[in-house]
Amino acid sequence: MRGAVIPSVLLILWEAGSRAGVLPPDSTSRPSDIVRAFAQALADGSLVRDTWLTFEAALFGFAIAALLGILLGAILGLSPRTERAVGPSVEALRPIPAVALIPLALLVFGFGVRMEAAVVAFAALWPVLLMTLSAVRGVEPRLLELSRSLELPFWQQLVKIVLPAAFGRIAVGLRLAVAISLVVAVTVEIVLNPRGLGHSMIAAQQALRSDLMYAQLLWLGFVGWALNKVTQR
Amino acid sequence: MIAARPVGVSFGSRQVLADVSFDVPSGQFLCIIGPSGCGKTTLLRVLAGLIAPTSGEVTADGKAVRGPARSRAIVFQDYTKALLPWRTVAGNVALGLEACRVAEPQKSRRIEELLSKMGLGHCAGQYPAQLSGGMQQRVQIARALGQDPQLLLMDEPFGALDAITRQGLQDEVARIAAEQKTTVVFITHDLEEAIYLGDQVIVLAAAPGTGAGRIAERITVEIPRPRSQLETREDPRFLAYRHRLFGLLKH
Ligand SMILES: Nc1ncnc2c1ncn2[C@@H]1O[C@H](COP(=O)(O)OP(=O)(O)OP(=O)(O)O)[C@@H](O)[C@H]1O
Ligand SMILES: [Mg+2]
Repeated sequence: MRGAVIPSVLLILWEAGSRAGVLPPDSTSRPSDIVRAFAQALADGSLVRDTWLTFEAALFGFAIAALLGILLGAILGLSPRTERAVGPSVEALRPIPAVALIPLALLVFGFGVRMEAAVVAFAALWPVLLMTLSAVRGVEPRLLELSRSLELPFWQQLVKIVLPAAFGRIAVGLRLAVAISLVVAVTVEIVLNPRGLGHSMIAAQQALRSDLMYAQLLWLGFVGWALNKVTQR
Repeated sequence: MIAARPVGVSFGSRQVLADVSFDVPSGQFLCIIGPSGCGKTTLLRVLAGLIAPTSGEVTADGKAVRGPARSRAIVFQDYTKALLPWRTVAGNVALGLEACRVAEPQKSRRIEELLSKMGLGHCAGQYPAQLSGGMQQRVQIARALGQDPQLLLMDEPFGALDAITRQGLQDEVARIAAEQKTTVVFITHDLEEAIYLGDQVIVLAAAPGTGAGRIAERITVEIPRPRSQLETREDPRFLAYRHRLFGLLKH
């Protein structure tokens, strides 16, 4: 409860300040206008639609990153020889900022969900891959010997022994990847992809609708917070 | 039939085993005994195919062992690390059966049967962390038996058991091995257990100087089966074997 005091006071000062004309009207809408814009965006369905479009791309990219990251991480973690061969390439690709791949993704996929998901997947891949790799390396050697001596096919070794044993730490990587996915999806939309929350925000800003832009920004903050809460469990 | 044709193992410059050779004909029970650190577990891992010997080779039915195989089941010494903590007792036993592609309903029936043989019928739904060391060890044995192995490799499987349970399981393992004609290599610290269970007993000891484990003595136990906890242990031959090997195990 005490944590709500500062935001409440700020909100009141903000509202009072802009009514009194102290704050610049272009960049700081009144809280009451923001609430109205939010209610309107919610009522006409645009907020929900935009949120879904952003989610769609984030989820799509995250799924690719999770699948690829777990698989690659497990293979590299289990086979030191493959790790020596592939490791340097991974280290070379990893420092590329994901957003720097936006032009390339646009070239390959054109506008739309696929290019957005591709950039998201690239960004979210690394935490999953690296956490899986180190988690798999940390699996009790006795269990690996057991699975070898049972002659389980590679796929079953993975599903029955390695991944469950490594699950705790893989989950940490997945959690990081979820947060990154949302951030990168919105970034791609703001930069150029004409869809989703990011795009609507930049459109509102260009239309001088700072009330709407703030409403979307606050909503995005809430979505990010909620997503984090959900994945913490 | 499993054979070691002079096996030597070194880790870096440290020689752990030197010149270990023996034959275990099919269906026979070999017990290996020796002081801590003399290379017993290492030898078992070579027999399993988990590590390659530095010199010599291990053959199973005449073929060189190049890696682990389902037909050679292992009961690991460090039982706390060898069970899947996220699977129940029944689930852990099921793993061996799954590897052999045993389908339902035989699978459930086999699990029940194996658990009751090991005296674990009442804890099928419990998790390894909820069990005592001796119980975990029995889960491992049940899983290994579920693989229906030709060779059963056991590394101090009864170390964590009380005397009564231990004797019961000795008889159970001896009976199962005889019944299924399984070849067994059994490591123990307990001389009487080795003689009671074995057709052969090999004493490993560290060679003075290098410290490498080598065979210090081997005996063939000529006491007929089935053996009995009371009579066999009072048999004059049993006592004679005990006398003969006891001196070797003193430091
Ligand atoms: N992977 C390894 N690398 C280096 N040294 C090892 C390795 N494994 C075993 N050793 C060494 O080999 C020797 C024999 O070990 P081993 O585990 O075979 O003994 P053991 O007879 O089973 O002992 P215990 O009765 O205590 O179980 C020990 O000195 C150990 O330190
Ligand atoms: Mg040992």
